[in-house]
Amino acid sequence: MTRRIAILNVLLGTAVTVACAQQIPINAAGATFPYPMYSKWFDEYHKKFPMVPINYASIGSGGGIAQVTAGTVDFGASDGPMTDMQMMEFQNKRGSAILHFPTVLGAVVPTYNIPGVTASLNFTGEALAGIFLGKITKWDDPELTKANPGVKLPSSNIVVVHRSDGSGTTYVWADYLSKMSKEWETKVGKATSVNWPVGLGGKGNEGVSGSIQQTANSIGYVELIYAVQNKMSYGKVKNAAGEFVQASLASVTAAAAGMKDMPEDFRVSITNAPGKGVYPISSFTWLLIPSKIANPAKKKAIKDFLAWMLADGQKLTEALSYAPLPKTVVAKEVKAIDKIQ
Amino acid sequence: MAAPSTTDFSVRPSGRASAFWQRLRSGDDIAYVITLTCAMTILAITALLVFELFRNSAVPRHQFGWSFLITSTWDPVAGQFGALPFIYGTVITSALALFMAIPLGVGAAIFLAELAPAKISNALTFLIELLAAVPSVIFGLLGIFVLVPALVAIEPAIRAVLGWTPLFSGPFYGVSVFSAGVVLTVMIIPFIISISREVILAVPTEQREGALALGATKWETTWDVVIPFAKKGIMGSIFLALARSLGETMAVTMVIGNEPKIHSSLFAPGYSIAAVIANEFSEATGELYLGSLIELGLVLFGLTIIINGLARVLVLTTTKKGTS
Amino acid sequence: MLSFRRKAVNAIMLSLTGVCTILAVGTLLFILGYLFFHGGTSLTINFFTKLPTPVGEAGGGMANALLGSAKLLLLASCIGIPIGFLGGVYLAEFGGSSFSFVVRYTTDLLNGVPSIVIGIFAYTLIVLPQGHFSTLSGGLALGVMMIPIAIRSSEDFLRAVPVSLREGAMALGASKAKTILTVVIPAAKAGLLTGIMLNLARVAGETAPLIFTAFGNRYWSPGWEQPTAALPVMIYTYAISPYPDWKQQAWSAGFVLLMLVLTVNIFARMILTKRGSTAR
Repeated sequence: MTRRIAILNVLLGTAVTVACAQQIPINAAGATFPYPMYSKWFDEYHKKFPMVPINYASIGSGGGIAQVTAGTVDFGASDGPMTDMQMMEFQNKRGSAILHFPTVLGAVVPTYNIPGVTASLNFTGEALAGIFLGKITKWDDPELTKANPGVKLPSSNIVVVHRSDGSGTTYVWADYLSKMSKEWETKVGKATSVNWPVGLGGKGNEGVSGSIQQTANSIGYVELIYAVQNKMSYGKVKNAAGEFVQASLASVTAAAAGMKDMPEDFRVSITNAPGKGVYPISSFTWLLIPSKIANPAKKKAIKDFLAWMLADGQKLTEALSYAPLPKTVVAKEVKAIDKIQ
Repeated sequence: MAAPSTTDFSVRPSGRASAFWQRLRSGDDIAYVITLTCAMTILAITALLVFELFRNSAVPRHQFGWSFLITSTWDPVAGQFGALPFIYGTVITSALALFMAIPLGVGAAIFLAELAPAKISNALTFLIELLAAVPSVIFGLLGIFVLVPALVAIEPAIRAVLGWTPLFSGPFYGVSVFSAGVVLTVMIIPFIISISREVILAVPTEQREGALALGATKWETTWDVVIPFAKKGIMGSIFLALARSLGETMAVTMVIGNEPKIHSSLFAPGYSIAAVIANEFSEATGELYLGSLIELGLVLFGLTIIINGLARVLVLTTTKKGTS
Repeated sequence: MLSFRRKAVNAIMLSLTGVCTILAVGTLLFILGYLFFHGGTSLTINFFTKLPTPVGEAGGGMANALLGSAKLLLLASCIGIPIGFLGGVYLAEFGGSSFSFVVRYTTDLLNGVPSIVIGIFAYTLIVLPQGHFSTLSGGLALGVMMIPIAIRSSEDFLRAVPVSLREGAMALGASKAKTILTVVIPAAKAGLLTGIMLNLARVAGETAPLIFTAFGNRYWSPGWEQPTAALPVMIYTYAISPYPDWKQQAWSAGFVLLMLVLTVNIFARMILTKRGSTAR
């Protein structure tokens, strides 16, 4: 009996192996922030090129950085650009440089679950910092009621939800809060993993959204598409020009438009960008690709994918509420693909 | 005492070489060597495991030393790592689970072994063993969508009765140390019931008949005669359950709240060693961070050794007192 | 003759044990029922035949996870069962007292090692040197987990065979090895098989060790050297997500997993009753 099962399984495994023999499986891991976009892209790309299944695991930007540095995946993804120290560690461990390739623009929104409140609340940067520092503990705190005159906020305790895993979304959020609050900057700082003063931890953007759905009077931060796809309420944030702006294709694109010059290595922060109609918690997200790829088939596949992503891929972003890359950035990136040896 | 090593009396072995082959053919030595090798493989694997844990946690061990165990800060950014919140969470949730599971489990085992008619007992035991087969993610799934809302609903009742103790104070968000404890209880009960029942059933009927003949009630027979006889096995089941609950990862991380802080209240969120490793391992960069997580694994391993040690001592003392 | 107090205590305590049983069985029935209603009633053929679809799009399935789990379990049994069983034979039949104590203690230790630490072990031992995630490392992690349970249950069931059977065989002139092979093991066969079944069932649902060994795959996983999807990991990923379609699939997968485990368990029982076991 067991023998028959064993033989069956071996045959099955062999069959699948033979069928997939011509394939070039590529493994990647990283950010949950752009995951809905990437899963769509990789699926469309696989339909066009069935020989190249790109298997992406959404484990968080921290995971993407760690795994690409350890060499267990072919490329990583992160919304928090790698620090100089992390890039040096990659150089030491893998013997080549790591390249950042921006893919889309997204927004991190404050999403909440307050029974009875369906309106889109206004949040100032200071208020958000206060909530996540644990200084503002109730929904009817003056800081919040001040910005939301027409809304009846309950006097319940605010339940903060943050990421339990290393996250680029956390990086973007913390980056923004560091710019808005000196106390945040000194006490907590900005990184993919921070020492949260308060709150419950959720795994991935998925886990945080799930947590917020389950917990009354909670607030957390997620990428825009997660709030939209799951019909969760999310707030407007006050930008540098003093307006309360809701995250959208237009407001996120405006954030990138205000950017002066894209650095050569594509690492840039666009939170709290100046200008009208700008959504202040916007960010690029990057693919982390080693500059030297040994396997020629994989190298070609990855380079081809990048070229596709910068052309056809960009057309698919809007359906998922991600903003496409500015044309200047695309042009620069196309040239940068040659850096992959 | 060696039995005759051949059943074929028609051919007599002669000479030392033939005697050797004769012995070999009987298979005793081969069987001994093969099984001994497998037994030693366990030791080898465990040794290798400990070695790997030690080797890969060298950096934080040298940096923090023993203070790692009593530091309660876990700050990856600042490079400050301490194990205390996770040790606390792990111990508290398991203790809570045992506290609730032992009376329920042993009680049910007694009912199934002593009171229920055989057919019903077998049917019910089959169902309960099925509970042990339910994977931990399913418990996590049910934990999030059923248990946590249910606990949120009955929390006022608990608070009314026990709210005066520091154990049940403070705000309750559903995900908490208490919720994790309840999920663990449900997960470990089948182990206690199934094994205890087997062990109680294995107690010879003469023991029971003896007690009943002396005029004991059914309960007195069970509690004063059968249980002590079965105590070693029951203890074994409890420690098996404890081992399971200490290492439980998925169900706990889905309902414990994932907050690396120590609170006195069971209503507060917490974090366990296994949960933090699951959440942060795949993204730990740098030797200090990764090493600290691996050191946590080592700490959990150490906790298991201590608890196993206690188990061994307890089992020895109960067998001394017991009737077997 | 019998004091009222003793009668009362008797009645109360025995009823309490009944209550405990009702609670235990009730919980189980609740879980089964809930899983059936949420997972079973909405099970579609897509679940078994389709690959996962992009995030947010409905109609995906878990075909690759089903195959992946099967492969992982096959590999795990090939590693865990032989070593565990033979180790159990050693402890039950050959063991001296001090070495056996060490082996048993170490087995308990290994059993107590959380599955996540076994995952780390497999990661540092196989994934890092090989440089990639694979079905092989996942299978090895699960196999290591199977060993202590296999030893423990094998030893228990072998020991449960009455000494009289062994003595009878030896009196007839059988060597120790022959006794074990032809008398003890067949006598314990039912228990041993149930032990293996339960072992498999336990390991089939393990998620943590697979997170950074088998890793996960949105597509089919060829051979043994590529990352693979596994049913329990998919359940976890989908369960904590906010997408209703994914949560639905998580319930369905939970139901399927449980049904598979149930089938294995029922099959084990059939073996027990068919062979007319000594167990009750």
